[in-house]
Amino acid sequence: MEFNPVLIVPELYQLLLIVALLLQSLGGGPNRPGGTETPPAERWLPYFAGFGVFVNIVSWGAEGLIFGGAYKLDALSQFFKLAISAGFYVAVLNAARQSTLTERKRPDYFMLLAISAWGLMILSSAVELITIYIALEISSYSLYAVIPLRAFGGKGDPRAAEAGIKYILFGAVATAIALFGFSYILASQNTSYIAQLAQRSWSFQAQPMAVVGLSLFMGGMFYKLALFPFHFWCPDVYQGASNETASFVATLPKLGAVVVLVRLAALLKPGLEITTLLAVLGAISMTYGNLCALAQTDVKRLLGFSSVAHAGYVMVGLVAGTAMGLSAAAFYALAYVCMNLLCFWVISRVATDGRNLQLDDLNGLYRRAPALAFALAVGAFALVGLPPTIGFAGKLFLAMAAWNHGYNWLVITLGVNSAIAIFYYLSLVRHAYTHEAGENPPVPDNSPFSVCGAGLLTAVVLLFGIAPAGLFDYAVRAGQQLLP
Amino acid sequence: MDFGYPVLTSLIVFPLVAAAGLFLIKSPQVARTYTFGASILELIFGLPLLRYRFIADFQFTEKAAWVPQWGLNYALGVDGISYLMVMLTLAILPLCVLCSWTYISKRVKEFHFCLLFMTSACVGVFTSLDLVLFYVFWEAMLIPMYLLIAVWGGDQRRYASLKFFLYTLAGSMFLLVAIVAFRVTGGTFSIPELMRTHFSFDFQFWAFLAMALAFAIKVPMFPFHTWLPAAHVQAPSAGSVILAAVLLKMGTYGFLRFCLPLTPDASVYFAPLMIAVSIASILYGGAIALGQTDIKKLVAYSSVEHMGFVTLGIFLFNVRGVEGALFQMLNHGVVTGALFMMIGAVYERSHSREISANMGMGKYLPAFMGFWGLYALASIGFPGTNGFVGEMLVFVGAFQKNPYIGALIVPGVLLSAAYMFRVTIKMAWGTPSTARLWRDLNTRELVYLVVPAVFVFYIGLAPKVFFNVIDPSVEKLVGDFASRTAVVQTASAQPAPPALSGVATAVAATAQTPVAVNN
Repeated sequence: MEFNPVLIVPELYQLLLIVALLLQSLGGGPNRPGGTETPPAERWLPYFAGFGVFVNIVSWGAEGLIFGGAYKLDALSQFFKLAISAGFYVAVLNAARQSTLTERKRPDYFMLLAISAWGLMILSSAVELITIYIALEISSYSLYAVIPLRAFGGKGDPRAAEAGIKYILFGAVATAIALFGFSYILASQNTSYIAQLAQRSWSFQAQPMAVVGLSLFMGGMFYKLALFPFHFWCPDVYQGASNETASFVATLPKLGAVVVLVRLAALLKPGLEITTLLAVLGAISMTYGNLCALAQTDVKRLLGFSSVAHAGYVMVGLVAGTAMGLSAAAFYALAYVCMNLLCFWVISRVATDGRNLQLDDLNGLYRRAPALAFALAVGAFALVGLPPTIGFAGKLFLAMAAWNHGYNWLVITLGVNSAIAIFYYLSLVRHAYTHEAGENPPVPDNSPFSVCGAGLLTAVVLLFGIAPAGLFDYAVRAGQQLLP
Repeated sequence: MDFGYPVLTSLIVFPLVAAAGLFLIKSPQVARTYTFGASILELIFGLPLLRYRFIADFQFTEKAAWVPQWGLNYALGVDGISYLMVMLTLAILPLCVLCSWTYISKRVKEFHFCLLFMTSACVGVFTSLDLVLFYVFWEAMLIPMYLLIAVWGGDQRRYASLKFFLYTLAGSMFLLVAIVAFRVTGGTFSIPELMRTHFSFDFQFWAFLAMALAFAIKVPMFPFHTWLPAAHVQAPSAGSVILAAVLLKMGTYGFLRFCLPLTPDASVYFAPLMIAVSIASILYGGAIALGQTDIKKLVAYSSVEHMGFVTLGIFLFNVRGVEGALFQMLNHGVVTGALFMMIGAVYERSHSREISANMGMGKYLPAFMGFWGLYALASIGFPGTNGFVGEMLVFVGAFQKNPYIGALIVPGVLLSAAYMFRVTIKMAWGTPSTARLWRDLNTRELVYLVVPAVFVFYIGLAPKVFFNVIDPSVEKLVGDFASRTAVVQTASAQPAPPALSGVATAVAATAQTPVAVNN
């Protein structure tokens, strides 16, 4: 197919942002001559990132297969690109008021975030395993550099450095495993294109090497998604990284991982060994994540274990082996990102001094910041899966897609886990609403900026919970392209 | 029937709109008056419901597509089983506002917000004709109730509210799984359509267990009742009133609406267990109530006992039993709601719920004790009051089914008389009297106590109109139930199929093992 640059306008636009940020980071800060003339990155970037969402909406209908069949634009990729650009916009807004980041490092910081988002955009269109691998690395490498960027008393925060090292070591191992798995796939199936792989057999009996290879390759995605047993980095990194960085790491990369898994899951039918493996990992992941989260007192660590659990929930849709299942998984990933962005927005706004919030720091939040407390309650209830939030809609769709496709036990595990999860999500609300503030509570940001952001995200979480039909329609269209 | 506006939707939406309007109000006094006005307006919106026709069909139905891809509909309607519950919910709201007029002094706006939100969710639960919509309202009502207990409750409010929330939500997660299973197996979320579908016994078995757990926790049935005394004792009196009058009914409503029509064979299979547990609730609740020193806890345990009569009536599967259950649901709402309001009133005077701190009021608060005596008698089931009608019907149903069941619940009534008289005697004539300086009921208190009293006598002396409302639906429910279980019994009474076809079925069954096993 002929290459038409119009098809990849969102990626090009994101690249333009990266170049602009790179130039600004080369130009030095306001202390150098001429440095005061350019506005700081956090001033102009939000507008341009917001425009990026618009660009993605405009290029919504793009369809085609370019770059030698390695890069596909379809409903699924555009759905996820829009979600990534919207998430990037919120993450940039969120990070614009970061207190633990020195002025000098800001252009670099935002550049790295932008590169990571760019990598994820490529990931959502990649349909060839090498391309997927490269896109995965682009999005990961920039995050390795971002995580340690957290100032603490004038110098780097040792916890953030620790988190960075954990993330990089774990990431390196996981991607090495993925690459190793890729070699097996290539050796046994003789192709790296997903479209051709879809026509091959994936049963262990016929292609043992390919099945092992695919399982290992998926390991790379599991690492991004923080699925058991690739989850160990997750709570530590959330805790060590600054609140704003964590809000990026916790949300967007999951979208990238889910889109690849959705494409790969199209290869699988229920009953295959590898599908069962996914189901078992999903079940362990949700149970383990929820049980660990019960004991946490650090809010970010709690959300870290909750994301391990949510990675397990996504598997419920992937193992169904139907178009509805894939769309439900895509929808749930989006729902998860919305809910988590909301929770992290509140955390970042409450901890204006950049501290790690403990549950006790939330005490009496309803009095100090009623709007933020309400937003936190909505976010927490959405993560539980209470109606009428997007979390409930997502969970319902997952369960309905998976029921009667051979994994009913997984659906029941999902139900049991939701019941376990209530306690710790509720304790967020409990501390915010029923406890009175102790000594030295963090001073929340009640500016219109903070309240509007929280209000907007709350509205999204509630609106798509009450009327998910429109959004879900797009997800269904994406799923049906993969599994007609 | 067309009234120019969707009656049930407006009953659900109006409280929400009114609740949003609360945030424009500054003064607590205005907020109270505003909410009271809104609750009266809500009653007026409900007036068209009086045109209810005495037939078994769903009436005032509304339907709109919600998420067409998954077949979710926004479908509402009432029949004889839900009608009285909707009316009860509407009637309780103004009483709740009145009884917390001086009781609640902090965060008044938010308190009334919770009350209005709660009403909306409760009406939604009783009128939903779509399983998911039902579940949405079922869960939505947890949050305001949680806040009512956790923010305005007593000393141990955090413990009580957490226990309430965890218990109920844990139960309802299984309900969600059952709902999904119904959709995938039955092909629809619509309750009236599912009532006409027949499910395999294996499926019914698991579906019944999942649903019954959720409903049994909500009722609550022994041994899932432990959250109830904690929640009742810690809740503010308006919270207790809603909890007793409306929330507990949702569990028994669930049994009537879902378990009996959707899983009839499993209901028959589990009926002995459910009857045994109901009898245990009656005897255990009564015996424990006898030993309480806290008035509110005593009434809470009496709720366990009364709800035991309701579940017993339901699982007798005869017309009298189900009628009795519905009457008992209504009566318990009226009487226990009133008792909780009275406890709230006396708490405002003595600041204690201990019996020993509220003794000897007969001489100093005659009006108060008069009402208390009336509701205590109604609670026992004294002839002439509404309690008599409900208990009488359950007794008739029980003896019809099996005299031993009837014999077993007789001590329950004796127990309820014992604990109710014990506390009433102490409150009226106990010495030393603590009530010397207390004032008797004021006009506001008289108003909210007279309303239930009217219903106590009305239902007790002329229950005909209520029978007219519930009978067609109850007869249809029990009739359908009998015919559907009879079909299965005839089928199982058929001679065994020839061996060859048996093998064929076995092969077919192995071919579909993953499906069959999990059904």
